[in-house]
Formats: sequence, C-alpha cells, structure tokens
Amino acid sequence: MRRNGPLALAFHCFVVLFTVAPILVVCVVAFTPNGYLSLPTSGLSLRWFRTLAERPEFLQSFLDSLWLAALASTTAVCLAVPAALAIGRNQFAGRGLILSLFQSPLMIPHLVLGIALLRLFTETGIGISAWALFSGHLIVVFPFALRLVLTSAVGIDRQIENAAVSLGAARWTTFRRVTLPLILPGVVSGWILCFIQSFDEVTMSVFVSTPQTTTLPVRLFLYIQDNIDPLVAAVSAILIMGTVLVMIVLDRVFGMERLLVGPGRS
Amino acid sequence: MSAVAATPGRPATTLRVRGTYAPYLLSLPALAVMGVLLLVPLAMTLVLSLHSFGMYTGISSDYALANYVDVFTDPYFGEIFLRTLRISLCTTLLAAVLGAPEAYILHRMSSPWRSIFLLVMLGPLLISVIARTLGWAMLLGATGVVNQTLIALGLIQTPVEFMYAETGVVVALAHVLMPFMVISVWAALQKLDPQVENAAVSLGAGQATVLRRVVLPQIMPGILSGSIIVFALAASSFATPSIIGGRRLKVAATLAYDEFLSTLNWPLGATIAVLLLAANIVIIVGCNRLVERRYQQVFQ
Repeated sequence: MRRNGPLALAFHCFVVLFTVAPILVVCVVAFTPNGYLSLPTSGLSLRWFRTLAERPEFLQSFLDSLWLAALASTTAVCLAVPAALAIGRNQFAGRGLILSLFQSPLMIPHLVLGIALLRLFTETGIGISAWALFSGHLIVVFPFALRLVLTSAVGIDRQIENAAVSLGAARWTTFRRVTLPLILPGVVSGWILCFIQSFDEVTMSVFVSTPQTTTLPVRLFLYIQDNIDPLVAAVSAILIMGTVLVMIVLDRVFGMERLLVGPGRS
Repeated sequence: MSAVAATPGRPATTLRVRGTYAPYLLSLPALAVMGVLLLVPLAMTLVLSLHSFGMYTGISSDYALANYVDVFTDPYFGEIFLRTLRISLCTTLLAAVLGAPEAYILHRMSSPWRSIFLLVMLGPLLISVIARTLGWAMLLGATGVVNQTLIALGLIQTPVEFMYAETGVVVALAHVLMPFMVISVWAALQKLDPQVENAAVSLGAGQATVLRRVVLPQIMPGILSGSIIVFALAASSFATPSIIGGRRLKVAATLAYDEFLSTLNWPLGATIAVLLLAANIVIIVGCNRLVERRYQQVFQ
C-alpha cells in the first residue's frame, strides 16, 4: 500500500476540519460567559448550564426521548426477529414483496411519514398523543432492526436447531436456548442502531409531537425557530458529549464500521 | 439465502413441511404494523391531496387534481421546487468532491490512523442533526468564524451572507450528508485489489494516471450510489434548511411544513408531500439497477 502524498494529507486535514468544526464550535460556545452567541474570549463559564438546570422542560424532553427510543427499539426488534427468521431462511411466495415493504420506510422522506401519521391519527379521531410519536418511531427504526437481525439469521446452521429438536427440545425451547443466542449479536446491534435513529429523529416527530410529549430534538428545533442563544448550545454540547461517549463504547464493543457500513466487510 | 433447500440426503424437515404457512405467520405481526401505520396513512395522505381547501370552509370532501394543477402552474411553487433541486444538486456535488477523495485517502492510511479517522468521518452520523446544524449557524453568521477567517486572509472585504442563503444551506447539508458518501465509496474501495494499482505502476503509469484510469472507474459505482442517496436525502431534508435558510428561504419540505402547521392548508401540504415521495421513489428506483445491489448496506 502506497503512502498518501503531502497534497492528499493537506486535503485530509481540510476535510477533517470541515467535519469537526461545527461540532467543536457548539461545545466551545456553550461555555461562554456572555448573554449572546460568542466564542468564550473572556474566560469560560458554566452560566448557561446553570440556566439549563432551571428549565425542567428540557430535562423532561430528554427523558421522553430516552423512553420513546427504548420502547420503539424494543418493539421493533420484537417484530423483526420472527420476520427476519421467516424471510432469511425460507423461500415463499411474496417473500420479495414483503421484504421490500419492510424496507420501504428507508425510501420514504420522514416529512411524508410525519404528515401521513398526523392525518391517520386526526382522521380516525384517535387524536395526537404519545402513541402517534411511538408509531412513527417504530416505523422509522424497523428497517434497521430487520436488516441487522436478518444478517445474523441468514448465517445460522440449521443443523444445530435440528439437533436440539431431535434431542427432544420443544419449539419454544429451541428458539430460546439455541436460535436466540445465535442471532443475539444482530439483535443487540440492531437495537442500538434503532435507539440512535429514534433518539435523533426530528422531521417526522415535529408533526406528531404535542406540548405534553415532545422529544428533545423537537424541543431544540422549536426553540431555535425563535432564537439561537447559548442555551441551545449548552443542550447540544451535552448531547454531543453524550453521543461521543456512546460512540467510543460502541466502537470498542462492536466496531463502528460493522454497525454503519454493514457486517461482513473489513 | 435458503438454508433449507441446501440440505442434501435428508427428508424435508418438519419446519419445511410447516413452511408453507409458517413464514407468513412469523411475518404477520410486522406486516400488520406496517399495513396499519404505513400503508393506510400513506393512502389517506394521497386522498387528502385530492381534496380542496377554503379559508372559511376548511377541508372539503370532493376529489379533484386542483392542488396538483396549482403546484405545477403557480410560479411561486416552481421557484421553491427549482431551489430545492439546485440545493440538492450542489449538496451532492460538494459531498462527492469532499467525500470520495477522503474515502480513498482513508483507504490508503495505515492501521491505527485508518480506523481513528473513519470514526471521525462516520461518527457525526450519530450526532443529532440539530446540534450539527446549530454549529454551522454559529460558524456561518456575519460575525462567525468563517467570515472572520476569510476577512483575516484578505479574501473578502465585507462579510458574506451565508445565513438565510442557499450557500449556507448547501454547506451545512453537505456536512450532514457527507458520511453517506464516505460509507458508499468506502464499501466500493473494499473490493479494490491493491495489486491492480501496483500492476499499473509497474507498467509505468504515473500517480495521476493510476487514479484516473484504474481507481476511479472501480469506485464509480460507489460514488454514484452515494450521490443518489445524498441527493434523495437532500431533496427531502427539513431541519437543516429550516434552521439555516430561515422562514423566507423555503424548500419543498419546509413549504409542506408551513402549509400544515401555519397556513393549515392540509390538502396543499399533502400534495407537496405526495410529490416529494414520488420524486424520491423515482430517483431511487429509477437508478434501481445500480442501487439495488448496494442500498441494503448503504442506505441508512
């Protein structure tokens, strides 16, 4: 493998700067002592983090986001496991059609999903509630759960399950003791990817949020519509630092490339 | 894919006999959810787009293509759709110009740096879009770092208006979507055999020739499928154009949002949503042959 020349390295530095700059600037601005947006030139201050502590609605939205992401990811994985086992290991009429239906949310703009769900919940008279938000997140994250569970389900050796059955294990026992442990890596990484997708979702959520139930990205977005001040920088900085922490852990445990580029590639 | 059929010398398993209906039964819960929460709402949106709307009468229950005629004939909408197209094309170009060479440079790095910088490039995907866009709003302001740097370098005299302008939206969107381009090109690079490059060099090809004649043709599918993804996501992007572009610089997605939540003309908003969906499907499925092989790994 040949080395990168100086020109390539200069280009690389520029791209890295381009990638990191907006993320760093948010973290730096969050520590400004001033009442307006500025890079902290006159010393660092936790003023805006203290202000944030007096705004319980941000903490409430953060908790709502966590709950919603956990609930949507868990439901998506529970639906994805049987579907992935069916699709990944059987040939049956309509298999391709079902698979494309399951993957279709990837092709639908989140804006359209938000509008469609808003229409569904108002037209049927159910009304917009936390259920609408949950439904939307479930649809958005399901393809990610399916994809990762499917990848691990395809590789299973059927003989291991047959051995369990021939030794007298019931179908449920075989699933619980043999199949599930075998697809567990896909289930766990699928759940994590779903959680991250759900936690970041904003476009669809804007349409089905209520003042009572609003996710953190939506609250931030609505706040920014009126004014951009160091308070939103403080919230974003906390989000960024939390994400970076999770990212480092994920990279150590799973390998980021496997999670994002897809398994089976090096 | 079919592990069942590939087992020789053994009678069909019980699973396979049951297999005639078991796969449907196993897919049923997910199918039901998709049907109720995806297909039904989409159909309802399509129906909604055919209704008409009056300021005092609200949404009527007639069926007509009037909204579509409006959108296609009114120059106000034409301008917004043209702007959306322009922003998406520029974003795709910028993401490709930055992302594709960067993926190649990463590919050529040695062991520890390669995975560190791959994490730096792909990591932002996991960071909230709002936080990333906010960073650009701070960088691109009239007194922001970018303008200050450009003035200090003597490249410009007065601050450039990036905020509430298409340039700012393009830069921020390219940043948000570039990881998809890197992923796509990276996947293509993994299939590259380094011996082919070495062969070209040993046959006397210069660095530029190797890049142009050997590497580029092989990673072109990656660049193209990455471009399709970036373009489709840029065309329907909402949060970034909304924050950087503000209320006045509307794109298709922010227009639909305003029709729904400010003007309350739901049928018109639904019409724009249906058109966005149709455009998205045409872009992605239209380039089907190219994308189909990849989009499972790449489209996320």
